Amino acid sequence: MGERKTLGPRIATWIPYAWLIIFFLAPFLIVFKISLSEPTLAVPPYAPVFESLADIWVKIGALSFANYTWLAEDALYIKAYGSSLWIAFVSTILAFLIGYPIAYGMARAPRGLRPILLMMVILPFWTSFLIRVYAWIGILKPEGLLNQFLFFVGVIDQPLTIINTNIAVYIGIVYSYLPFMVLPLYASLERMDETLLEAAADLGSTPLKTFWQVTFPLSLPGVFAGALLVFIPAVGEFVIPDLLGGSETLMIGRTLWNEFFFNRDWPVASAVAIVLLALLVVPIVIFQNAQARMRETR
Amino acid sequence: MKAALGAVRRSFQPWADPAAKPFITFRGVTKRFGQFVAVDNQTLEIFEREFHALLGPSGCGKTTLLRMLAGFETPSEGDILLEDKPLAGVPPHRRPVNMMFQSYALFPHMSVEANVAFGLKQDKLPKSEIGDRVADVLKLVKMEAFARRKPDQLSGGQRQRVALARAIAKRPKVLLLDEPLGALDKKLREETQFELINLQETLGLTFVIVTHDQEEAMTMADRISVMDHGRIVQVASPAEIYERPKSRYVADFIGSVNIFEAEVDNVTPERIHLATTDGFDVACDADIAAAKGQTVWFAVRPEKVRISHAAPADAGINAVAGEVWDIAYFGDMTLFNVRLDSGRIVRASAMNAARIVEQPITWEDRVWLSWSADAGVVLLD
Ligand SMILES: Nc1ncnc2c1ncn2[C@@H]1O[C@H](COP(=O)(O)OP(=O)(O)OP(=O)(O)O)[C@@H](O)[C@H]1O
Ligand SMILES: [Mg+2]
Repeated sequence: MGERKTLGPRIATWIPYAWLIIFFLAPFLIVFKISLSEPTLAVPPYAPVFESLADIWVKIGALSFANYTWLAEDALYIKAYGSSLWIAFVSTILAFLIGYPIAYGMARAPRGLRPILLMMVILPFWTSFLIRVYAWIGILKPEGLLNQFLFFVGVIDQPLTIINTNIAVYIGIVYSYLPFMVLPLYASLERMDETLLEAAADLGSTPLKTFWQVTFPLSLPGVFAGALLVFIPAVGEFVIPDLLGGSETLMIGRTLWNEFFFNRDWPVASAVAIVLLALLVVPIVIFQNAQARMRETR
Repeated sequence: MKAALGAVRRSFQPWADPAAKPFITFRGVTKRFGQFVAVDNQTLEIFEREFHALLGPSGCGKTTLLRMLAGFETPSEGDILLEDKPLAGVPPHRRPVNMMFQSYALFPHMSVEANVAFGLKQDKLPKSEIGDRVADVLKLVKMEAFARRKPDQLSGGQRQRVALARAIAKRPKVLLLDEPLGALDKKLREETQFELINLQETLGLTFVIVTHDQEEAMTMADRISVMDHGRIVQVASPAEIYERPKSRYVADFIGSVNIFEAEVDNVTPERIHLATTDGFDVACDADIAAAKGQTVWFAVRPEKVRISHAAPADAGINAVAGEVWDIAYFGDMTLFNVRLDSGRIVRASAMNAARIVEQPITWEDRVWLSWSADAGVVLLD
């Protein structure tokens, strides 16, 4: 702390903090405040928690956590959280299983080919996310491309019902978030020193053993980063379950939407959002710990 | 150069024995990277328990030769044999060869201990034996106190020692060392050189060591291969390389040398007579086939050139006069740079055996340089 810094670097270090305060902490506090209020039929549709500064001490003792107890009591919310976490978890695993070989193949491709492969991974971002999800409806619906193809090949004689099921949601999430898995994996695999693989082979390790003993452990930071980048947005995903999922698909993003726009119960919706955030802090903390430990040990 | 030729450790000369079978054979090996020829049709035989050094300037193909032996590069042409069995098609993990990498290639996510144990684990040795062997080699390289550290918590020299420990832990038939001691300080380097020689003798390993430190090659190796642009230009014992280089390149690469261009005057059974372009005549013990009139080179090392004020008895031959141009005093010896009348600078060194020199030779003195008939060599190339 005693170290003196010139003004330039000090401002530079404050920019990210300022960004976080303005665009993250402030909205968070606003949402948190709403979540503690009572719903009213007004614009905005919630009763203010504090009217004036003098009011604060009076009100603070009587703050209403009713919206949170409400969430805990209603099985619907708990189920929605549970099922969101589960769907996100399974999607993350699937994205990892598909993404790792892709990233590995890219990292081991001839040097000149790698930028092209990288381009192909990023290319879908050039099209609107919404359009790409709509496109999946066209592929997955009963008379869609997939069923037509399977008919043509002769694998099925009844159309598969994929659209409006959880399977469609998994497909949608894995498809949409795969680049977020592939890119950090690729970065960590590409950075790896190839003489390490030679050293392992030289010491008698077969290529498969080398993968598990050297390549995979060294790609773990990429695995964690990729998993978080898929898991966190997937938990709160709204568009994919809404467009591809069915009535059985219970996800917290949809619940949130319903509370805000159908029930117009902003306080409960805010509480849902706050709890979601709290839930997501857990994997982030785990990730940060793992990373810190890894940095310590290297 | 004041490097010792290395104590003659043993009379080990399987290469001189026509019945001896080589342990490692490079047979007409060429390695091309695209258009670039890194190793050019080379044949080399290395014998069991030999300490063989590959010596040469940067980029001459030393590492490439090692990598082909370890199995990381496939020869574009030719064969590599180990105990008469071709190695082609044998993947690196099945070759009884361990390599210490120039870049060390330590596993960053494993402790020093785990790095050293890695090779032993692949052999599925019992845990207790792995522990013992790891402790042994770590002690050997004086790294036992660092067993729990990760490679990036070590200094360059410490990393190098771990890499060495990892390579020797498996006691391979052949140990390939790519510049193993470059990052060590002088004292530790000498100690480790000694340990390596010990290790080789106790375990009976065959060592192929890459270095561009000629002193290291001279002190450690049984034989040295001097390389130049993908070719091995001479393979011989350190003493032979130093005393009887085959070409100007070898003579110049190892130690310091005076080289004169000359024309062959006369060849007798015992002597070869030369007239140098610097205007003096040379008579040299002949061990080379040269024809009268041919252009050759005469090489003589500074420590074999005598320097005196008085003209030698037979001043017409193996002697030349000049002016002292520069003097470098090294304590144990003094190096004189003498300028001949032709303008060429010749180096002569004198041991400082006595503390007071009676007739000190000093700057701008007119002096005579002379040498005996067996002091120099005639080079055809
Ligand atoms: N994979 C490769 N692709 C293209 N050229 C290569 C490759 N590996 C080596 N070379 C070239 O082959 C030549 C010999 O390389 P090598 O690594 O064997 O040199 P070296 O004798 O070990 O040099 P140093 O003493 O600097 O380590 C160099 O000119 C190098 O640029
Ligand atoms: Mg090299």
